Amino acid sequence: MATGANIAPALAFLEEIEARSGQPVSLCYQCKKCAGGCPMSFAMQPYNCDLLKMIKYGEKEAVLGSNTIWLCIGCRTCGARCPNGIDISKINDVLREMALASGKKAGEPRTAAFHQSFLATVEQFGRSYEAGTIGLFKLKTASFTQDLALGLKFVAKNKLKLLPDRIKRAGEIKRIFRKAREAVI
Amino acid sequence: MKLTYYPGCSLHSTAAGYDDSTCFVCRTLGVELAELNDWNCCGASCAHATNHFLAVALPMRNLILAEQAGHDVMAPCAACYNTLKTADHAVRGRDGQAMTINADLEEIMGAKYGATIQVRHPLEVLGSWEMLREISAKVVRPLMGLRLVTYYGCLLTRPKNVVAFDNPERPTTMDKILTALGAEVKSWSYKTDCCGGALALSQTAAVATLVAKLVTEAERAGAQAIVSACPLCQVNLDTRQNQIARPMPIFYFTELMGVAFGADASGRWLQKHIIDPAPVLAALAKGE
Repeated sequence: MATGANIAPALAFLEEIEARSGQPVSLCYQCKKCAGGCPMSFAMQPYNCDLLKMIKYGEKEAVLGSNTIWLCIGCRTCGARCPNGIDISKINDVLREMALASGKKAGEPRTAAFHQSFLATVEQFGRSYEAGTIGLFKLKTASFTQDLALGLKFVAKNKLKLLPDRIKRAGEIKRIFRKAREAVI
Repeated sequence: MKLTYYPGCSLHSTAAGYDDSTCFVCRTLGVELAELNDWNCCGASCAHATNHFLAVALPMRNLILAEQAGHDVMAPCAACYNTLKTADHAVRGRDGQAMTINADLEEIMGAKYGATIQVRHPLEVLGSWEMLREISAKVVRPLMGLRLVTYYGCLLTRPKNVVAFDNPERPTTMDKILTALGAEVKSWSYKTDCCGGALALSQTAAVATLVAKLVTEAERAGAQAIVSACPLCQVNLDTRQNQIARPMPIFYFTELMGVAFGADASGRWLQKHIIDPAPVLAALAKGE
């Protein structure tokens, strides 16, 4: 029996992420400019630079379950500063898609709930419907009292439309969403 | 100049003042806008954060409609601008996934995107040297003595190889416009630091920390107000200053252009703000 069999490098996850995101994760040499520039570093566990290390180690479950991927706002500062041309925002887009497809609980369920609530209104009407997004989000997260005072100010200033905008060819949007579901790997 | 106008969902709701002021400013400067017929939501952060197909297909449907209209398309929302520009860039670069999605859209809509038009932001349209001369000439109420910092946020200037109309971390287009209006633009290091707008509802506490940092730094730079070119930044900065003792008003750059051009409607735009910008402008009126 070969004793080295247990320490074969786990490249499958790394290769999948590189192919799907188009980002050269392998080039990362841990200079940490990404974590230094990331506005959300203070809340991330692990830092985005460590996320790249974990991808190289093949730690798929820990990466997909981390809060890092859900706290990334997608501001692209990491990508603008990386000396090796790695845009972690693009990697996080792929990781979130994989995390949702896995069916496991998201590392930050509130963020996932918001994205899903927003897109549900777009699928329905063709345009985003803020009042609907907020309502769905509150239902999904049971945060009924959050921002109530602010919401009332918005209504008083006529900043929030009570009825949705609908597009004429809404059927095209529904077909786009159907295709998007089929496209999930 | 004739452009197709893509307002996006925010400008039809929370950012109605940005919509009105953009249209007013363009009319004043001879830029003719025609709203894109039957436009749909670009998907914003929520699409690219969770589904690559939607992130490309939703903006691409708008690009196909805009291409049929025949003019470059202008999007004032930084998120819309970014998603439209990213989809356009992917088609120009013959990105494999984008080509497949383009073919899918041809099946759905009977047309595909040929990348024969450009996606533009109002800053890009109004910040040219020719336009800056026009802007100076239209000023009837100079913003003399008004101390401002410009805030571009994340999506207007990044990724640098895709949007590419200004420096990704030290942009200056908005500074030039506000200087042409007579305002004093202060230097600061936070022009492109993200305000967290996309997570304002879901990660409210963390986002309030980002907002507090920006407002504190703007005050330290000597500014009376922050000027934005994005409806998500504006609404986020305008509503999440709970940690700040003296909240600072947040303008759209087009609102200030309207004020300097003497727009009668400017009072209506400014009434929509949560943090009242009137005191800052009242001081300006007295100085005249």
